[in-house]
Amino acid sequence: MIVDATQGRALRMTLDGEEVRFSDGETIYEVATRQHTPIPTLCYDPRLEPFGGCRMCVVEVEGARTPVASCTTPATAGMVVRTKNVALEKHRKTLLELVVSENREVDVDPLRGYASQEVATLVDEYGARTGRFQGQRSGTSNETDDNPFIKRDYDLCISCYRCVRVCAEQEGDHAIAVMNRGFQTQITTEFNGRLKDSACTFCGQCVQTCPTGALGDIKAMRAEPLPGELKKTRTICPYCGVGCSVDLLTKGERLVGVQPAMDGPANKGALCIKGQFAFDFVHHEERLKTPLVRGDDGELHEASWDEALDRAADGFRRAREEHGRYSIYGVASGRAPHEAAYTMQKFIRAGFGTNYIDNCSRA
Amino acid sequence: MSNPLIDMEKPDVIFCIGTNMTECHPVAATGLKKAIAHGSRMIVADPRKIPLARLAQLYLPIRVGSDVALLLGMAHVIAREGLVDRQFMDSRTSGGDEFIEHVKPFTPEWAAEITGVPAKDIETAAIWYGSAEQGAIYYTLGITEHICGVDNVQSLCNLALMTGNIGREGTGVNPMRGQNNIQGAGDCGAVPSHFPGFQSCAEPENARKFSEAYGTEIDAEKGITKVTALNQCGDQIRALLIDGENTVVSDPEREHCEHALKSLDHLVVIDIFLTETGELADVVLPATSWGETDGVCANTERRVQRLRAAVPPAGQAKPDWWIVSQIAQRIGTPGFEYESAKDIFNELCGLSPIYAGLDWDRIDQGEYQWPVPDKDHPGTPILHVREFKNGRGLFKILGYRDPAEVIDDDFPVWLTTGRRLQSYHTRTQTGRSQGIDYLLSEELLEVHPHDVASWGLVDGGQCHLSSRRGKIMAKIKATDQSPRGTVFCSFSFNDTPVNILTGSGYDPVTETAELKVCAVRVEPA
Repeated sequence: MIVDATQGRALRMTLDGEEVRFSDGETIYEVATRQHTPIPTLCYDPRLEPFGGCRMCVVEVEGARTPVASCTTPATAGMVVRTKNVALEKHRKTLLELVVSENREVDVDPLRGYASQEVATLVDEYGARTGRFQGQRSGTSNETDDNPFIKRDYDLCISCYRCVRVCAEQEGDHAIAVMNRGFQTQITTEFNGRLKDSACTFCGQCVQTCPTGALGDIKAMRAEPLPGELKKTRTICPYCGVGCSVDLLTKGERLVGVQPAMDGPANKGALCIKGQFAFDFVHHEERLKTPLVRGDDGELHEASWDEALDRAADGFRRAREEHGRYSIYGVASGRAPHEAAYTMQKFIRAGFGTNYIDNCSRA
Repeated sequence: MSNPLIDMEKPDVIFCIGTNMTECHPVAATGLKKAIAHGSRMIVADPRKIPLARLAQLYLPIRVGSDVALLLGMAHVIAREGLVDRQFMDSRTSGGDEFIEHVKPFTPEWAAEITGVPAKDIETAAIWYGSAEQGAIYYTLGITEHICGVDNVQSLCNLALMTGNIGREGTGVNPMRGQNNIQGAGDCGAVPSHFPGFQSCAEPENARKFSEAYGTEIDAEKGITKVTALNQCGDQIRALLIDGENTVVSDPEREHCEHALKSLDHLVVIDIFLTETGELADVVLPATSWGETDGVCANTERRVQRLRAAVPPAGQAKPDWWIVSQIAQRIGTPGFEYESAKDIFNELCGLSPIYAGLDWDRIDQGEYQWPVPDKDHPGTPILHVREFKNGRGLFKILGYRDPAEVIDDDFPVWLTTGRRLQSYHTRTQTGRSQGIDYLLSEELLEVHPHDVASWGLVDGGQCHLSSRRGKIMAKIKATDQSPRGTVFCSFSFNDTPVNILTGSGYDPVTETAELKVCAVRVEPA
């Protein structure tokens, strides 16, 4: 939980030689983040309760026998903390080398998920890309789950439990859990089956928080071979009225996926199956691509914009002439932007002087 | 919503009624789940044992259409137990004493008779909500899609007013809007009763303002609703412009609706796919889709946010506003010389007091919730903080009415309709998104397992489902999510056209259809 430092009692501690203020209840990690002092993490997601599992965020606290996990240790008055020194950096590098040695691959496509580049980025930062440790590996990929949304490539799993925690804490679904311990640790569902047969709602939150790409967005991953740079455009989900912020993933002129906006004012990174996965109707082959006009044969035929707009306008003009201004009615959409609804009501009010306009909210 | 979404984690007592939130507003429901994890208590009233009901500490399985009775019973208990917030009632509301007198006969035992909920559970619900430090009400179409939809909403307001659970953090009366910009359609004046910014059409001053702005004399009286307009098609109404609505599948009484549209002289449909409604049109105009369109939308908490285009339009598709403006210009209406969505949004802000402090650039980050009356205003996350819009909060005296149609020997089963997590409305979008079929490929009529057995049906088998308006075939799923004697179906699948059966009645004020209740017969096929 992020606590506003301006609230409550103003307490002081020393962070990398500088005196900083904090408020009661803040962890060392939260204070450091607020001070723009970077501390590397793997198991941390700011939306979730601190877990302290990965040990990447360890810092030195004066008087403590060993380094402590900054994400779970509360800041206390007078505390003297060092976030960076030779010993800590060596610890972090070794830890990363252990992680990397277990994983089949480190470099995964960013299309896999929002956080999928976290391990690869840290590995580069610490120069930890070595084959230093050989031996056992944990996590077996689930190849039998035939669901079309979530890839379960557990060979890349580092047991940070972010997926398990986001499912429980953020979604309240508790669909996935941890089986076994040590090298046998495996993220799985009840009875070790398919996600479809679990409490999973396919909201995709586990995918988006996974720091290694062990969980991947299958629909987005289809665009991996496409050429071009991956771009993100911030917009709002097209479905219900919650108004979740999303980033549209595009390659060239193609919409290839959706990622939740972690700073979205209405959703703070949360999404549901529709917002996460039901985006590709945009490029569906049945999209209307040209105007259609009903011909004398009673069928709809392709027409030019000019022809179709003239025909549309003629019908309204004729109705007004023959049956008066109360013969024309407009129905606006609850699915189109403000500008559509505004011009629709203005079309009726400015065009015919009536209030013969409504939207689809009554059914 | 009177309160922001972020408040959903804060109430100590949550009262959800007529909202299938985990399926229809799943992200909002995560807030309630967090509140429960932190010790909040939740009451859920719903005819169906929906997932939200399974999360609740207290579930009230009300009979479809009996909400007013439940809420009157709760008001009775709150008054009887001395849980009324006197200070709030005296300083902020009118008609409270009369209301408290009014609810005296409506004992929980009386409400139990009508709702089917045990009287002691009605008492418990009332005592929890009445004693809450922060009590919040959430509702959706299970409240509004009834002939007594307005009474249902006002009954909820009465509860909030008598307990002072409004105008504060973590409280409120909170409708969850169902479409990404249904709030915006109202904000923009696409309603027969209000000009943009909810300025009443019946106020001559407002009609003058818009007549002047638009350069045409505009009526200073309300127009008719879409429901009335559909009834008058081929008669008074001759030409219809529909933007982005699949009226034929989403509206009640499908045959009536199809007949209405077919009897028009002129039907123009703007949409992104050729829908069942577009098939009936004289002219179909291709609109740019979400992801291809720049614009603005407003969510259920009145937050005004930007929609941004990320890919070019499909084929020759054009933004809705461009299409409408072109038609307007071609019939000679002035004031449609727009060059961008920005021009239009800024015009809206200039004419709407609730948007007066906003413009295209200011909403870039989506931090404003209307009303935003001027440029220095921070927005209004919580409504009714110091006073109500019209001064004091008004209690409404109302009584219980039966639904338009009640079960009888010919149609002995209640049918209620709704939505499902994986599909959206008539599936024009989710039905064309890959993978959704894996989870939801067909519609299933939900029937209680005991009813399946006693009506001679088979789980997974077909049945005939008929009402006074028509007959359809449906595939059966045995589930205790439906109570005995009530069946459920969504209207998403065109091959299970449940809206052939619905349309038994309409709320006299809003003309919203009673889509949540109709009497049917279920027979083996």
